[in-house]
Amino acid sequence: MNKLLSESLATATAGVSLLHDALLNQGVVTQAVGWSPPLGGKDLHDVMADQRRSVANKLALSKMLNSGAVLVDVKPASEALNLGRGEFLHAGPPIEWSRASGPMRGALIAAMLYEKMADSPEDAERILEKNGVALEPCHHRGAVGPMAGVVTPSMWMFELQDPSTGNKSWCSLNEGLGKVLRYGAYSPEVIERLDWMRDVLGPLLQIGVRAREEHIDVRAIISQMIQMGDEGHNRNRAGTLMFLRDLLPFMIEGGTSSDVARAARFVGGNDHFFLNLVMPACKLQTRAAENIPGSTIVTVMARNGTDFGIQTSGTGDEWFIGPAQTPHGLYLGNYTAADANPDIGDSAITETAGIGGFSMAAAPAIVRFIGGSVPDALATTRRMYEICEGENPTFGIPVLEFRGAPTGIDVTRVLRTGILPQINTGMAGKVAGTGQVGAGLVTPPMEAFTAAIAGLARRLA
Amino acid sequence: MRRIEIRPGFYRDSVSLMQVSQRAGVGIDGALVAMATPLNVELAIQMGFVLPPTSPNDLIIAIDAPNQESLSHAFDVVEEVLEEQLRKSREQSLESGITPARTLGRTQGAGIALISVPGEFAFIDAVDALENDMNVMIFSDNVTVQDEILLKDIALSRDLLVMGPDCGTAIIGGVGLGFANVVSPGSVGIIAASGTGAQHLTTLLDHAGVGISHCIGLGGRDLSSAVAGRSAKQALALLEADEHTDLIVFVSKPAAAEVAESLQNVAHAMKKKVIFGLLGSTGSDITETAEKVLDEIGVTDRPWVNEVATAGSTGSTGGSLRALFAGGTLCDEAMLIASKRTRVPIFSNIPLEKEWLLDPFGPATSHAFIDFGDDAMTVGRAHPMIDSKLRIERLAKEVNDPSCGVILMDVVLGHGATSTPGEELSAAISESSKPIFISLIGTTLDPQNFERQKAILAQAGARVFLSNAYATHAALDALGVPR
Repeated sequence: MNKLLSESLATATAGVSLLHDALLNQGVVTQAVGWSPPLGGKDLHDVMADQRRSVANKLALSKMLNSGAVLVDVKPASEALNLGRGEFLHAGPPIEWSRASGPMRGALIAAMLYEKMADSPEDAERILEKNGVALEPCHHRGAVGPMAGVVTPSMWMFELQDPSTGNKSWCSLNEGLGKVLRYGAYSPEVIERLDWMRDVLGPLLQIGVRAREEHIDVRAIISQMIQMGDEGHNRNRAGTLMFLRDLLPFMIEGGTSSDVARAARFVGGNDHFFLNLVMPACKLQTRAAENIPGSTIVTVMARNGTDFGIQTSGTGDEWFIGPAQTPHGLYLGNYTAADANPDIGDSAITETAGIGGFSMAAAPAIVRFIGGSVPDALATTRRMYEICEGENPTFGIPVLEFRGAPTGIDVTRVLRTGILPQINTGMAGKVAGTGQVGAGLVTPPMEAFTAAIAGLARRLA
Repeated sequence: MRRIEIRPGFYRDSVSLMQVSQRAGVGIDGALVAMATPLNVELAIQMGFVLPPTSPNDLIIAIDAPNQESLSHAFDVVEEVLEEQLRKSREQSLESGITPARTLGRTQGAGIALISVPGEFAFIDAVDALENDMNVMIFSDNVTVQDEILLKDIALSRDLLVMGPDCGTAIIGGVGLGFANVVSPGSVGIIAASGTGAQHLTTLLDHAGVGISHCIGLGGRDLSSAVAGRSAKQALALLEADEHTDLIVFVSKPAAAEVAESLQNVAHAMKKKVIFGLLGSTGSDITETAEKVLDEIGVTDRPWVNEVATAGSTGSTGGSLRALFAGGTLCDEAMLIASKRTRVPIFSNIPLEKEWLLDPFGPATSHAFIDFGDDAMTVGRAHPMIDSKLRIERLAKEVNDPSCGVILMDVVLGHGATSTPGEELSAAISESSKPIFISLIGTTLDPQNFERQKAILAQAGARVFLSNAYATHAALDALGVPR
């Protein structure tokens, strides 16, 4: 029986402040909400009226919470993804060369040189201009790529699997910071490093991964790193070292000492190495919630440097697009805001899964690096709960009394509150070949969410 | 001298903005501080302002003042009041969220979301609250009947209650929601499809020493054929199960016949007695309903039979009756009584018969009843229970209109209503040589101080009644209309 008449009343008010004041004057437990007119018009109204939504969203959340991610193999993309010669994957929603941004073009040029499909950057550009390469989003194959996210057949990939669904996801090996392919650099040092990763690092990692009796539980490492000051997007230091701890003995047993030493130095010296394991783990989490009719939960947020695209559970693999925004933050060296390219990369999958910017409160050590303060970080995480379906107890945030990470971005909540997802990100230089220029904060464009609600509304009929 | 300023994306609720306009408008020619809805844009244009393109999420600040000094002073006042409101709302919402469902999820007890956002958006917050197991009271109007039905069906499937849309009054476990009077606790449970009807019934019972357990609001449309008493049936079940309720009273404007019948069938099957007080040509007025309740529980006191305070004129000057109401149901009730007694047309903006429609802004020539709380009269301004301005202006006109013989009004006290209703009306009342009859709807515990309000109105020259029906009868008596 409804307890309305039998238990003490607790009220929340939305709207006219006078009615809230009247309750306060009576000494009633009451809260006024910071209401403002929602976006999304009739589409939002119709989606809110859909009786499937509430149940579908709860199901989407529970599938996300029940998902797992273990590292099952390391192998070239040609094997892992059946990527053939002349096929490249890239970050974000689909894009063609003519609309590609500087860092995306730079990364594609690097990929052409690396795959020996071109002799010079100019040669590479000529071929790419003529659409001489098949481009496809990583997400279309269940993979994810940081920044430009360009994947070529001979790049080695981490292969992760979700034991709850059997789904697999892939991500390339992290190259480190500075002048690297994913930030759009294509100088000889970039290609040399990629060659070494292909010839030495990839095979060594494979030896280590295959030699272990138990798969490395990537999700368990994420859970621990969140409690050690990492947020899993811009800070992966603890995660990287835990990963190295788990794999290094097996690499030593199977490799030559000079190779292992260089690999250990490379991995241990690259605080972002583990990002490329966090991302596919997050992809497996959100993928578990895919294709639930009526669900308004976001399953993908990804950027290609030009467009920001999202996908929702209820709308399958349809992309909802808006212009990628330029991050705000701090710049390396002499770079300034004028040098920064709009938002790029599949790494926003971390926020889609509730970590990264959503769990900023877990990573006070990096808030200044991206131009924030500790109170900002706490406020950001608290704000993200407003737009999420629930919380993920596996990713407990210590400073919030181990409250679970805000999880399951709900398109209707974004439109109702006007709060956009907060993403932590690296910034690429907008001129091809530059590399990284800084790091900071960015949000998706609201257009992506109004497009998504229209897409969800279309499926109601 | 006019100046207009647009603030893009600055949202504040309409009542708060009316308070800003009111405070900024003192001593100048005009002030409009409002969201740039099509209607407010139209108002600004009517005031002589030229507007750039706007969206409804923009704030308009339009000031018309006699000189530069008063113009910039008015803008300062706007700034000050907006800032003051912001400070207050920050303090209030420090720990709260953006949506009622999220906010209440953090509290204990029986949850209710009180939603008074613009009607087109009320459904969204209401459905979310229901999905999060909260009861809902929708104060907003302009919710479609389809949405109302859907909300009430969702509520039923989850064993929750939806009060409204357009529900002005409820009292749950002693807590007044919306416009509600402070009444003593007791064992009479009220179900009301009318806000001022509920206020009037609860205050009458309180004056007779009878307290109430709960007053459940339904919204004005619940007893229509389309909505078919969805919330009414749930309210009956809730009060049937409530240990504090012994007797149930139903108060409403005329209901759809088949809905009234089906509710009566439900009531017959209940253990507790249900008294139906449905207004209408065949029904009973609110005072009669209160008297039935007193008969049922054996209370003989009828404190409303005589006027409670008077210093005013009693003589009839001939002419016709002009009634200026804040409460819609009170206006309805008075019209039914007047129509029955005079047997001539009673003109109104909410007429009993279609042919008796009156333009509430134009002059009247015969009996005229204006409901100042009608939707069409509250567009762009607050409800007359909050803002008396329009009613005072009309009162001044009627006082000087030779065709007006007697004036009838209601003054509603309680939570949500203006804190100084008597003070606001007294000057205009004291100007009148014509008898002014007032039903004072309130209790001795109301925040406005009932005794003080009564005294102010009487000193100004009004004849004050506890019962709207008795006040109406007295006004008709003064005109010499036979009983």
